[in-house]
Amino acid sequence: MRANAAQYELIAPATLDDVLATLATGGYTPIAGGTEIMVALSAGRLPQKPLVSLQHLKELRFIETTAEAYVIGAGTTFSDIRHHAGLAADLPLLAGAASWTGSIANQNRGTLGGNLVNASPAADSPPALLAYEATLKLVSATGSRTMPYTAFHLGYKKTALLPGELVYSIAVPRIWTGYRSYTRKVGTRNAQAISKIALACLARIEENKIADIRIGAASLSAMPMRCAATESALLGQPVTSQTVEKARAALASEARPIDDIRSTAAYRAAVAGNLLEEFLQQLST
Amino acid sequence: MIELNINGKPYTVDVPPMKRLLDVLREDLHLTGVKEGCGEGECGSCSVLFDGVLANSCLIPVLQAEGVEIGTIEGVAIGEQLAPIQQCFLEEGGAQCGICTPGMILATKHLLDKYPQPTLPQIQEGLAGNLCRCTGYSRIFAAVEAAAKLA
Ligand SMILES: Cc1cc2nc3c(=O)[nH]c(=O)nc-3n(C[C@H](O)[C@H](O)[C@H](O)COP(=O)(O)OP(=O)(O)OC[C@H]3O[C@@H](n4cnc5c(N)ncnc54)[C@H](O)[C@@H]3O)c2cc1C
Ligand code: FES
Ligand code: FES
Repeated sequence: MRANAAQYELIAPATLDDVLATLATGGYTPIAGGTEIMVALSAGRLPQKPLVSLQHLKELRFIETTAEAYVIGAGTTFSDIRHHAGLAADLPLLAGAASWTGSIANQNRGTLGGNLVNASPAADSPPALLAYEATLKLVSATGSRTMPYTAFHLGYKKTALLPGELVYSIAVPRIWTGYRSYTRKVGTRNAQAISKIALACLARIEENKIADIRIGAASLSAMPMRCAATESALLGQPVTSQTVEKARAALASEARPIDDIRSTAAYRAAVAGNLLEEFLQQLST
Repeated sequence: MIELNINGKPYTVDVPPMKRLLDVLREDLHLTGVKEGCGEGECGSCSVLFDGVLANSCLIPVLQAEGVEIGTIEGVAIGEQLAPIQQCFLEEGGAQCGICTPGMILATKHLLDKYPQPTLPQIQEGLAGNLCRCTGYSRIFAAVEAAAKLA
């Protein structure tokens, strides 16, 4: 049953400071592009709390390029990201994720901040941002703090965001020259559907050995996850068939996929192993 | 009171701020070219142009549309005359029941604004959020290709 819109309050204070002051009073839910919130409203499962809009805040919609990093405002849309020449060239894992986060209409509205805070284990940007070791800047009426993105997800749809806090920006270091990257999403309808499984991987090869490796995954556990055990099984190793076997075993041991309407745990674990193997095979060529 | 700008005309509506733009267009302003299919962002039959870019009006609270230039199918024709994209959908048989057609045409407009001569994969991606359950996509793609040739 769709909820009655008249039962919800929505305000759009003019500036970020005004929005933060509103959030500090307690009880307000932010709404950015609305592509999660409005679906929840339609399905009748949006908690009946007043909402505060972020969509109009230019302060949250920017892409800044410095020598060390790209800093992306939380209100930046997936279309902004995929059509930014620098991001497309330097951060292919993130630009790729943006390009298959739903339809064009969805990419025109959905924001990077909304994707992270919604914190679905199946979301597309988290694996890329985990692999890139992004840093978040969080703001509230009382100040701001930064946190490594790897510390943000705490459990199923649970994040380290405090009441009254917003994600302000996401900083991604620009240190990927010489890295090979790989990302693939497996879903029922490729770009259009929420993933059943997705990997985002980065590796640097030196003297035929894996000198650095980062693997982020969607739908392999109750939250977006960095595959630490798989990474340690691969670090310093040559890409041989034994290494591939060890890495597959490590991935199977650390994966805690769920059974849900989109797929089964066994399917997810098997496909994740296949994607990992595909990535490793590309490294050896 | 919420002030809207639709197809270049100003409107004032007295509606709850969380009311979906889709419902305001249809119920309050009687601009019924916009359709409801899924109500969840999956089908594109509620497509509008939102400051020139394609968006699903079922996922937009009307307050977020204040200060934005909204374009609907009613604003596409030039007076009584069909716009070239509409003419191409007609001639290529790109419409049957018509439920998806306003959205398809607005998605095509958005696509051709960005890529005046789109490749087939660009057409497929540009229209992937618009579902049609009767015409069949090959006729729709043919209509888009014909419209691109006219540009
Ligand atoms: C048809 C359809 C297809 C989709 N396909 C995909 C897909 O393929 N992959 C995918 O990952 N997602 C997909 N999504 C989900 C959705 O589009 C994304 O999660 C999007 O990034 C949400 O962003 P938003 O701005 O629209 O979020 P909103 O709905 O506005 O907000 C989502 C949540 O984030 C909070 N929030 C938003 N911004 C901030 C902020 N700056 N600080 C703190 N909290 C904030 C809100 O309070 C809310 O809890 C799809 C959705 C639809 C409707
Ligand atoms: S009704 Fe809006 S996308 Fe289907
Ligand atoms: S013409 Fe009937 S849904 Fe497309």
